[in-house]
Amino acid sequence: MPDAVRHVEPVMGTVVSFAVRPRAGHGATVAEALRQAVSWLHWVDATFSTYRADSQISRLARGELRIGACDSRVAEVLELCEFEHTASGGYFSSMVGGRLDPSGLVKGWSIELASRLLSSHGLGDHIVNGGGDVRSSGRPGPDASWQIGVAHPLHPGWLTTVVSGTDLAVATSGTAERGAHVLDPFTGRPPSGLASVTVVGTDLTRVDSVATAAFAMGEKAQPWLERLDGFEAYAVTDSGMAWWTSGYPAFGTVPVESSSIEV
Amino acid sequence: MRRVLFALVSTVVGLVALLGFKTHAPEALALGTGTTGTGTTGTGTTPKASSPPRAAASSAPATATRTLTGSPVNTQFGTVQVQITVKGKTITAVTALALPDQDGHSAQISQYSAPLLSQEAVAAQSAQINSISGATYTSDGYVQSLQSAIDQI
Repeated sequence: MPDAVRHVEPVMGTVVSFAVRPRAGHGATVAEALRQAVSWLHWVDATFSTYRADSQISRLARGELRIGACDSRVAEVLELCEFEHTASGGYFSSMVGGRLDPSGLVKGWSIELASRLLSSHGLGDHIVNGGGDVRSSGRPGPDASWQIGVAHPLHPGWLTTVVSGTDLAVATSGTAERGAHVLDPFTGRPPSGLASVTVVGTDLTRVDSVATAAFAMGEKAQPWLERLDGFEAYAVTDSGMAWWTSGYPAFGTVPVESSSIEV
Repeated sequence: MRRVLFALVSTVVGLVALLGFKTHAPEALALGTGTTGTGTTGTGTTPKASSPPRAAASSAPATATRTLTGSPVNTQFGTVQVQITVKGKTITAVTALALPDQDGHSAQISQYSAPLLSQEAVAAQSAQINSISGATYTSDGYVQSLQSAIDQI
């Protein structure tokens, strides 16, 4: 996308990358929309960061602040966490090590809302990448679709599949995750079986949470993802094998047929 | 689950008998998603897997590692399909490709190695990669990420 306006913002302990395709007469709007999106992400960081002792989430966790005294967005996030907890049979959790930590949802949710903010400014052609969680909107050019590469979890610098489309959300959860903090809430240990799982859908809030839950499930994720409506997935196991849901090939590339022997 | 495992064991034994292997090394028969041998075989993309796929086990070089896939077998619990990895004449791994779930439906388990695609090759075949999804990188890790290269275009 050579004519894109790009912006890279370090925030939330990672880096958020924007590429916005300006529309005719929207030149001034791009800078203003990006400024608002960046400002939003820093507000989210200040409010929800568990690394900041003075964030509302940290004060809520310590019992210094009641939920009613927090910004209404805090209650909204905790409700979304509760929804994802139920939808995933408990594998998505906003309690990490007995402490309130909605980080598993906040990044995807904040990127989703940043994308909607750009669209509300008439900038419907853009892609936002929050530390590996991607929300695409519209198209990169006439008749073109966004190409989103998925990093191979076991071979840095390589991709393992490419997702193609418009208005797609793509999130990957894996062992390379910051701090390896995704644990199986039922065992308290890191999940086994998967090196990474990539989920494709339309709403990054849900897609990111589903990817986190699926990774926590480990090997049990495949039948769960297959049954889940509105989401497709591609996974790499810790032994380097790949599997994907039956609808995934409509969005992403999959390996060609193997040369196994029929017996 | 124990009954399903039993069914799988029976199938593996049946499969081994079917293939006519001399099962002289039963201690090497590993049940489950064996990690030895997976990841490097069975995709057709590994250059060293150059031996004809239908070569008899007895004529294979002693160190050649090959992957054989059994036919799906219908059991009372559902469809079971296994894949074995053979090094020389020894079975080094048995991997379940399809196992019945709790409802009796068979889950297909891929036998494919996760491909290694280079960004350049993908771009040459289709269109430019616009963004990279991956497990969350830190602010420091971003510098080495594929995304940082894209952001500099």
